[in-house]
This record gives sequence, C-alpha cells and structure tokens, in this order.
Amino acid sequence: MAGHSDQPRTLFDKIWDDHVVRTDEHGTALLYIDRQLVHEVTSPQAFEGLRLAGRKPRRPEANLAVPDHNVPTSDRHLGIVDPISRLQVETLEANCREFGIQLFDMGDPRQGIVHVIGPEQGLTHPGMTVVCGDSHTSTHGAFGALAFGVGTSEVEHVLATQCLLQRKPKSMLVSVEGELGPGVTAKDIVLAIIGEIGTAGGTGHVIEYAGDAIHALSMEGRMTVCNMSIEAGARAGLVGIDEHTIDYLRDRPRSPTGAEFERAAEYWRSLNSDPGADYDRVVRIDAASIRPQVTWGTSPEMVVPVDGAVPDPAEVADPVKATSYGHALTYMGLTPRTPIAEIAIDKVFIGSCTNGRIEDLRAAAAVAKGKQVAPSVKLAMVVPGSGLVKQQAEAEGLDRVFLDAGFEWREPGCSMCLAMNADRLEPGERCAATSNRNFEGRQGQGGRTHLVSPAMAAAAAVAGHFVDVRELEQ
Amino acid sequence: MRPFERFRGVVMPLDRANVDTDAIIPKQFLKSIHRTGFGPNLFDEWRYLDHGEPGQDCANRPLNPDFVLNDPRYANAEILLTRRNFGCGSSREHAPWALADHGFRVLLAPSFADIFHQNAIKNGLLPIVLDEAVIDSLFARAGGEQPLQIDVDLEAQQLRPSVGEPIAFPIDAFHRHCLINGLDDIGLTLQHAPEIAAYEQRRREQAPWLFASAVSA
Repeated sequence: MAGHSDQPRTLFDKIWDDHVVRTDEHGTALLYIDRQLVHEVTSPQAFEGLRLAGRKPRRPEANLAVPDHNVPTSDRHLGIVDPISRLQVETLEANCREFGIQLFDMGDPRQGIVHVIGPEQGLTHPGMTVVCGDSHTSTHGAFGALAFGVGTSEVEHVLATQCLLQRKPKSMLVSVEGELGPGVTAKDIVLAIIGEIGTAGGTGHVIEYAGDAIHALSMEGRMTVCNMSIEAGARAGLVGIDEHTIDYLRDRPRSPTGAEFERAAEYWRSLNSDPGADYDRVVRIDAASIRPQVTWGTSPEMVVPVDGAVPDPAEVADPVKATSYGHALTYMGLTPRTPIAEIAIDKVFIGSCTNGRIEDLRAAAAVAKGKQVAPSVKLAMVVPGSGLVKQQAEAEGLDRVFLDAGFEWREPGCSMCLAMNADRLEPGERCAATSNRNFEGRQGQGGRTHLVSPAMAAAAAVAGHFVDVRELEQ
Repeated sequence: MRPFERFRGVVMPLDRANVDTDAIIPKQFLKSIHRTGFGPNLFDEWRYLDHGEPGQDCANRPLNPDFVLNDPRYANAEILLTRRNFGCGSSREHAPWALADHGFRVLLAPSFADIFHQNAIKNGLLPIVLDEAVIDSLFARAGGEQPLQIDVDLEAQQLRPSVGEPIAFPIDAFHRHCLINGLDDIGLTLQHAPEIAAYEQRRREQAPWLFASAVSA
C-alpha cells in the first residue's frame, strides 16, 4: 500500500514489503505478523516462556486458539481419556484464560482443525501475514495471505512482539496451465507438483500458484493445493486474488462489513503479481496431463498416477534416491512393478486440514452414494474438518450417505492424519488417506499410508483396493 | 541460550535422505508440555524394538542393534552427519529439542527443511549445509573403526576433521551472531518496540480491518 518504485513486483513481494518494520545490518527483516492461530501441541512451552520472562502478549486479540490434534473424534461427551492428551488440552485452556486469548473449546460448534476454522471464520484475509505453530499454515495462502508455519520459539516471539525475524525467501512460480480432466482434483494437482519438483523442490522459496487450472479451483481446492506447499519444501504457498476469493470472504463472521468490506476488497484486488514480475524459479505444468495420483512410498514425492505401478529402485540412477526407494518399499511391504490398482487396503481416512472441508466431503459422498464399503476394509472413517463443516454436511445429508455405505461419521479434529488421539493404524495396516504425509509411523507405528484425493479414497473404500475414480460408474 | 563455543566432537553418520520430524521425534511424545526430556525418545521408532510411550523408563527398552545411534562407537557423538532435506515435515520444535537433549550440537547435511533449520538455530543447534560431494566424503571417513572427529569453529566458519583437509562453511551472518553470543531473539526484538508501535499506527490508518479483533463480540 505504501508508495513503491515502478519495478514490477510479485504478490509475495507486495505482502512482504507491506510488513517489514525494519531491516538490520545483516539483511534480516523484522516482519509484522497480523494473525496467529494457536493449538495445544506447539504452544505450552511458548506460554511458559512468556511466564518465565514476565512478558505478556502484545496483541492478545490478534490470536485465536483451538485444540485439534489431541481431541477425540467419538464419544466426545466422555472427554479425553488419555491423561497426557487431556493435560495438554487443559494447559491450552488455562494459558488462554491467563493471557486473554480467545479459545474455541472442544464443546464449541466452531471447534475444528486450526487451518479449517481460520478461513471459515473469516480470520484469514488477503495481504495478511498469518502464522501458527504448525507447518500446514501454508493453507491460508489460498487467500493471498503470506502464511507459514513456525516453531514454538517463534510462537512465543509473535505472542510477545507481534513480529518475527526473517530473511526474505526466494520466489517460485508454479503455473498449472489449461484445464483439468474429469475426476482430477486439487489434491491430484498438488501431488503431481510434488512428484515433479520433489519434497525439497520448494526449500527456501515461497511458491505462487497460478494458471487457469488454479483459478478454476474453488477456495477449498486452493486451500488443498497451498496446504501441501510444505510437502514440496516451501514454507508458504500463495494464490492471487480473484472474485472467488472476495465472494468467499463476504459475510464470514470476522470479515470486515459494509463500507469497510468494500474498502478492503479494493485493496485485496490489488494483490496480484504485476505483469513481468521476476521469480527465482518458474515451473509450468500442463493440467490436462495430470491423472489421479496415489503415493506408494514414505515421502510425498513418491507418487505415481493411479494407472501406474510401484517403481523399481534398480532403475533409479541417483544412489541416494535408490536407497530411499529401497527403504520405502521394505517399509510399505510392496514389490517393485506392482500395479497401483492391485494394492489392497485395510483402512480409509477421509479428513485432515488438506481434505476435511465441505467440498471434499461432497466429492467423497458422490462416489460412496448407494455403494458399500468392501468387506475386506476394516474401517472407513470420515472426519469433518470443523464443527461447522459437520453441520453443513449433515444439513446436506452427507452423513447419511456415508453411514449407509458403511463409513463411520466422526467429530472434527486432526484424527488419523497424525494419530495423536486414539485414531490410528496398527502395525502393517495399509490406509488410503486424504491427509498430507505418508512418513513412516505417521498414522501409527508400522502403519502404511497412501495419499489420495477424497474421491479416490472413497473409491478405494468401496473397491477394497485402489481404483481409477474416472472409471467408476456414477 | 548458551553461547556456541568451539569444540571437537565425534561424528555419527545417519545415512538416510529426507529424515522427517516424525522419525526424529514421534507424535506421542509431542504431548509433553515441557521443553526438556525428549532425548531418550530421539529417533524412537528406529532406535528401540518396542513401541514407545511417554513416561516410560527407556533404560529397560529393547534396543535395535542395527540402528547407528546404538553403535557404541558413536555413544558420545555431538555431530550428526546426514543426507539431503533433513528435518522435513512438521514445524515441531520438539525435533531440535530432542536432538539437543540427546547431546547433538552440530548437524551436517546437503540441505535442511526450512522450518527445522530455523528451529535448530533458536535452540543453539548449528545446522551446516555442505556440498553433496563433501558430505559423501565425510560419510566415507565416518564409518571406520575409529570414529571421525571434527573440530567445529563457528567463529572462523571452519570444520577441521581428524582425517582430511579443513572445510569452510557458509552461515547467515545474523544466525552466526546469535549463536556465538547466545542471544535471546525476543529481547533483541523488544529493543525495537517503538518502531513496532509506529508501524502499527501507520498500518491501522491504511488497513483498519487488520486490527479488528479475532475475538467474537
């Protein structure tokens, strides 16, 4: 908003420039942070740090807290059974009381995964800086906000100063051009991008996603893409503002209202990269070439299209990569060259900050409708991303579709994405998951995770193995 | 934070790429509300043969003899040598807490994940990025009967291995300054409180909606 030279700037440059309080002699910026979201896992030590130093939050009202990682997704009236999980959630409640921070507690209908409720409440605006002690904070970049995950020391730093010390990252443009084929979703786009650039491809960069295929996505779809920027190594992902963005923000509980909304929207519309702006790296992807994706290994870059097969490490030239492939195949219990469609699954998880929004549940329900979860599948669970997503889904009758098909319909939370609560895989169990990480042990020690889109997860639940959702009879 | 002083330490080679934060410290240990005590659960799923839970006495758990951390040659290792993209995954600061609590002070790799790198520096742990070829040559030297030792001199930005030539390394000037002096970031930032207040005032006039409360009415 301040006056700047005529040099064309990227969206990232504009947000960055608007938030630099000062720059020191080493070139490190003191960056102002507009919004911080807080959850129970990465905040207790930050509040303890404040207490020990006798400090107070600079702007408590710029923060919102919610428990999500440890919360149970069933029998919630019983509270949290695990005493260690319970203590962590109670500690968040006590810290929020002590430091004057608003909390959506477990009984609040607005409770949910921190990255689902932020946008849902209208707390994420274009042009903001948003942080949270959680790597999937990149989700909020869908709104043209500079949003990134921080560690606990930085949570404390933001609480105390409303700022962070940062070096400006580099910029990368990922342009997804043309039109997606039928049955191909935002999740497939981002998995294909990670397959292309690798899990360290975006390290040190902020990624701006552009191109027709990105702007054709709903805000939910853009959140899915930005969410997994971190799996591409980038702390933040961004999408420029268009009318979808502004329409989504209208009438959200914490959006500006009336004339102030129009004034804000005028500023928001300026938040796009200038023609001719420079990026440190540019990647172009043809949308039409993207097929539904399935990960086969223990890193999100280990991904192939559903009509592909598990790769053979013997054919990988890079020795470090070949070794990683070997480890991954052993852990995953897979043989080289196995067609993806022949891999049978034990469990299905639909939810998470990647794919726990209403549109995701609609896509999964459209596949599950009138069908049955295969008898070989031990558990297929749907975990809405928030209490409000759950209410909306129930109003649309999606809960009935899932329950009739043999899925479980749960309470909102992070759930089996990272298995900090009671929802987890047993050793050796194989899961089709709509979450974001297929690391060893992520969904439970010895558990085997395959990342897919919500429609692909529902299709796998029905078939008992991976299938190409494009070939299903609707 | 304790100032980072020059020292000579044993190198433990962990020959894996993309070591993620779930591997460094599995999620069940993230339920702790403290900053210390994570060392015995560092690399828990690779290190022990049983399933670990918080609050267990790790001294009696069955060790995985094939995992490098359990190799007596590296019992007192303070330098971790590893492969590309170390620390990828979540933002959990429990990962550097666990590494530091176990006794590591320096990490050597061709690349680190961004958030992990930042978290390491905040905890006095020095992540050093070296060329893939240099890392390869250190791996070649680190697996012998006698463990490789390295003299780490942050002041001079130099590593002096017990075998081979000295190696210069790059580091951000501000990070070096903070590590050497053991500086508390928050204290540093609070010195600029008047500039933060001036920024807020300016911004409040330009974009008042940014200062609307996150708290419901």
